[in-house]
Amino acid sequence: MAENKMAAQVIDVHKDYVLKGGITVHALRGVSIDFPEGDFVAIMGTSGSGKSTLLNLLGCLDRCSSGKYILAGQDVSQLSDDDLSEIRCRYLGFIFQSYNLIAQLTVVENIELPLYYQGNTSKEAKEHCLALAEMVGLKERLDHRPFQLSGGQQQRVAIARALVNNPRVILADEPTGNLDSATGEEIMQLLEALNAAGKTIIMVTHEPDIAARAHRTLRMRDGKLEQHTPTGALA
Amino acid sequence: MWQILSVGLKSLLLHKLRSALAILGILIGVTAVIWLVAMGEGVSYQAQQQIKDLGANNIIIRSTKPPADALRGGGFIIAYGLLRADFERIVTNVPTLSQAVPMREITREARYLDNVTDIRLVGCTSKYLEMNNLRLARGRFISDKDLESADNVCIIGADTARILFPYQDPIGQFLQVEDAFYVVIGQTESKTPSAGIGGSMSAQDFNLDVYIPLATLRARIGDMVVTSRAGSREGEQVELSQITVTVRDLEQVDETADIIRALLARFHPVQDYAIVVPKELLQQAQVLQMMFNLLLVLIAGIALLVGGIGIMNIMLATVTERTREIGIRRALGAKQRDIVSQFLSETIVLSATGGLLGVFIGFLCRPAIVGTRALVGSLFPDVISSLPPNIQQLEPRLAWWSIIAAFLISVGVGVLFGLYPAQRAARMDPIEALRHE
Repeated sequence: MAENKMAAQVIDVHKDYVLKGGITVHALRGVSIDFPEGDFVAIMGTSGSGKSTLLNLLGCLDRCSSGKYILAGQDVSQLSDDDLSEIRCRYLGFIFQSYNLIAQLTVVENIELPLYYQGNTSKEAKEHCLALAEMVGLKERLDHRPFQLSGGQQQRVAIARALVNNPRVILADEPTGNLDSATGEEIMQLLEALNAAGKTIIMVTHEPDIAARAHRTLRMRDGKLEQHTPTGALA
Repeated sequence: MWQILSVGLKSLLLHKLRSALAILGILIGVTAVIWLVAMGEGVSYQAQQQIKDLGANNIIIRSTKPPADALRGGGFIIAYGLLRADFERIVTNVPTLSQAVPMREITREARYLDNVTDIRLVGCTSKYLEMNNLRLARGRFISDKDLESADNVCIIGADTARILFPYQDPIGQFLQVEDAFYVVIGQTESKTPSAGIGGSMSAQDFNLDVYIPLATLRARIGDMVVTSRAGSREGEQVELSQITVTVRDLEQVDETADIIRALLARFHPVQDYAIVVPKELLQQAQVLQMMFNLLLVLIAGIALLVGGIGIMNIMLATVTERTREIGIRRALGAKQRDIVSQFLSETIVLSATGGLLGVFIGFLCRPAIVGTRALVGSLFPDVISSLPPNIQQLEPRLAWWSIIAAFLISVGVGVLFGLYPAQRAARMDPIEALRHE
């Protein structure tokens, strides 16, 4: 595994919040994890364990108080807001529990959005979006609005959107949380297929059977990594 | 750029009523600017036109009746006003004049067969026609020969002709004033009466005039006018009612007026004349117009400010409502400035739409004013006829600068009042924004 290139690396990361009353909350107390390329990791933990904080840090939506976060070969732990936006735009794909599509945009426009913020509005970009829509099975609904789609279809759009910028890491926050088990299963199969194609996926979940689909499961408790369970061989 | 605008448009269409109300606020502001300025321009154009009719190169000296306690002469005859000697003095002593026209006017009754009307009998010289921008409809005006021989000839105004000589050619007919008869040799075209300007120039109506040579008037009627009123008799002795001089060069008008003032002051211990300088009036009118425009722009600016506050209010509501969308966009890689430009483009679409519609309605100013006047006129004719002629005849004049300024200001208002909501949207913590329900 040592010869594997790292997609992302978290080294002794701390995150403290100061609440309004002046109380400091230690959300992360020294977390170190390596995410090799092609990894499929599930992060589990009770609420308040720090898993959301970790995901926000991994998603470059937040900065850590101390420690290092290396993404795609560069330390992104202390970058400016604009630079973090740039990193999110180029290297990360997000899948949310509640899909988070933009209501006034159509399916294809939603998928295009990360490319738009990259400043890439070329014809190839458009074709790429169409190809992705076809891949997630929504070729017939390109001009639909999110509210005209079922939950599963919306999540497929979200996955296509997460893939459009060809990200180094896909971050999935409870991707099946709002779906019934059959639809959830379809989404998981889609994620597994992506991982099989070489995508690095980091997924937060509290459902053990969903977590079991990943290569390995990290358990968080009180801001620390409690258990590191390697599962199976990496693809 | 186009994509930003189209996204902005889509978001706005999501809340049609709300956007329409925000647009309405700006629309009213822009329309107010254009309409108010158009009315102001109309009013001042009217005034300036009247002053220009008097001639910017002219200086008008009129006889005025002085206050009762400062009168020349005794008894029941009051002598005042400009003298023929004054005219000679002005002509010989003021070098900058190109012409000078003396004039004497009295109100008299004119008669032809059974037709009678009160007219203004004007004794003047051949240059009077041109100096007052009058045009002949038929015949000719007074010639120098008429003046020399004090002939009994007259030229009549359009209304005089209509009343005394209905349905016939007045040329060659005899018109009677008091006991003298005058041959009609010409008739002037109708001219729109002008309203008075300030206090120094009374309203002028040339349509009920009868013009005769000055020398004829002096010979037939004389300088003295006697009026009997309730048992007492009053006599007024006036040699000339008015002297109009034309200055050769526009630059010299002010100096010339000063010279004439000094000249007349030496021979008139009592102020029994008034000097009107149309050029000065014109300058005053222009200053007045500027102040008026400034006031209107101020009022309209307040209207636009209110519109802008409306836009800001709506954008703040929109930003709060779309917090989650902002979070999503940020997560997908939107920079703060992308969010700013997104919301700013929405406010600009709102305000520019309002601005364009306002400009469109601004163009309807004239029909709206004319229509309103016609409507009020047909419903309440008394109201309209009781208004001063300035308002009855007011023609709004669209000013191009006001249209461009109003539109640019409306877009400016959009940017200004959109900036704060957009900044607020951009500064949101993406994590908080994503969590927002």
